Amino acid sequence: MRIRIRNATKAFDTLEAVKNADLDVAPGEVVLIIGPSGSGKSTLLRCVNRLETLTEGDIWIDEDLVTDQRGDIRKIREEVGMVFQNFNLFPHLTALENIMLAPRTVKGVTKTASRENALRLLARVGLQDKATTYPAKLSGGQQQRVAIARALAMNPKVMLFDEPTSALDPEMIKEVLDVMLDLAREGMTMLVVSHEMGFARAAADKVVFMDQGEIIEVGTPSEVFDNPKENRTRRFLEHIL
Amino acid sequence: MAEVNNRDEANRRITVNVSDGALIPDRGETSLFSAWRISFFGAIALLIILPTVRPRPYLDIMRFLPDGILATFQVTIISIVIALAIGLITGLGRISRITVINRIATIYVEVIRGIPLLVQLFYIYFALGQLVRVPRLASAIIAMSVCYGAYMGEIFRAGLQAIPKGQMEAALALGMSRGQALRKVILPQTFRVILPPVGNEFIALLKDSSLVSIIAVSDLLRRGREFASVSFQYFETYTVVALVYLVITLFLSKIVSLIEDWAERRG
Repeated sequence: MRIRIRNATKAFDTLEAVKNADLDVAPGEVVLIIGPSGSGKSTLLRCVNRLETLTEGDIWIDEDLVTDQRGDIRKIREEVGMVFQNFNLFPHLTALENIMLAPRTVKGVTKTASRENALRLLARVGLQDKATTYPAKLSGGQQQRVAIARALAMNPKVMLFDEPTSALDPEMIKEVLDVMLDLAREGMTMLVVSHEMGFARAAADKVVFMDQGEIIEVGTPSEVFDNPKENRTRRFLEHIL
Repeated sequence: MAEVNNRDEANRRITVNVSDGALIPDRGETSLFSAWRISFFGAIALLIILPTVRPRPYLDIMRFLPDGILATFQVTIISIVIALAIGLITGLGRISRITVINRIATIYVEVIRGIPLLVQLFYIYFALGQLVRVPRLASAIIAMSVCYGAYMGEIFRAGLQAIPKGQMEAALALGMSRGQALRKVILPQTFRVILPPVGNEFIALLKDSSLVSIIAVSDLLRRGREFASVSFQYFETYTVVALVYLVITLFLSKIVSLIEDWAERRG
């Protein structure tokens, strides 16, 4: 699936969180957005499945105009998986039930079929033994892996990741990134807000640097990390390295 | 630092405290001579000793009261069920982004909470009684549920607001409608959070139900008054009435605290 963002602007009252952003994500591409906090990267990501509505501009996913208020956003969201910084697992449901819920309520998949699929997804993220465990009993890394499995259960064509490893202890980051790397290798279209350089170099086709709501620079990981064209990019990279 | 905070938020446990000083025993309080134990078993002991030592009038009083206990429970349970339904609707209305609905719910809460329950009871039974004839028991139940519905609405509102925003977002991002998200994700968590305060309200309602005796519903207090007005044994009668109320509310408060424990353990 292709994402096209044109002239995107998002204002909260007087603050412009995103200004005139243009961005393309081709099918199967992995695009990483980096930038200082408050640069609007999460806001831009959240506009792609309309958790935030743009003030101006348009976002298409394939031929569907996400920003069309009359359009059925739910149909689009079914195809766009999202992973959050704080996992947002449903605490009253087990890992398995977390994964089964959306297919069952949204798509009307039978209990047996959704269960089978959920168990397969849990195995895929390496948590087959945690099926009946509640989120509170899982580590952060495990919770995030369940959250990825939950998003995958809807068979999305695009995955959005909003700082998926920022809330994790260092030793848990790798297990989540490994799952994301697998996804990238399988050809999933991914838009990722993250500062994980290792992941970027291993999997990203493009890196986008944002600052103060604007897209400053776009390039391959080595272009942006090793030879940034813009001063602001260079300064930011000095900070996080 | 920021990372630690984020993780804490993700695993944070939700509690709501809406209460006007209930009788819930402290969970840490397990000693043999805890306040709860002394009051509860003391009251039961008195209710056994008094009729044994002085069957006249205590045994007679205790034979006279059970009908009233039944009526008290009848009013309380029916009212709490209706109040919960009103509370759910009101709570949803209070957080609604549709202005009209929000205003109506808020006005209901403000008006009802500003009028004493006893006045509401008189209003429904006597004042409205001039327009439509409402049976005594029905008036009592309507007044109690409309009044407690407003308080319940505030509990639901607090409970709904205690659920982190990320829960709704996660559900929406998965393609659920707001209604589906509410039913499958938000409300099940809300119910768990509000269980203890709802238990409190149940106990408070049971005590307040004694007010219905004024419009001649034969509840526990009314039965006591009936006995006393014939026998003139006010001291003995109201002692027993008070003890019976005490045993019931202490018993219920213990159950609420057990439910609280259970809810906490489930996370």
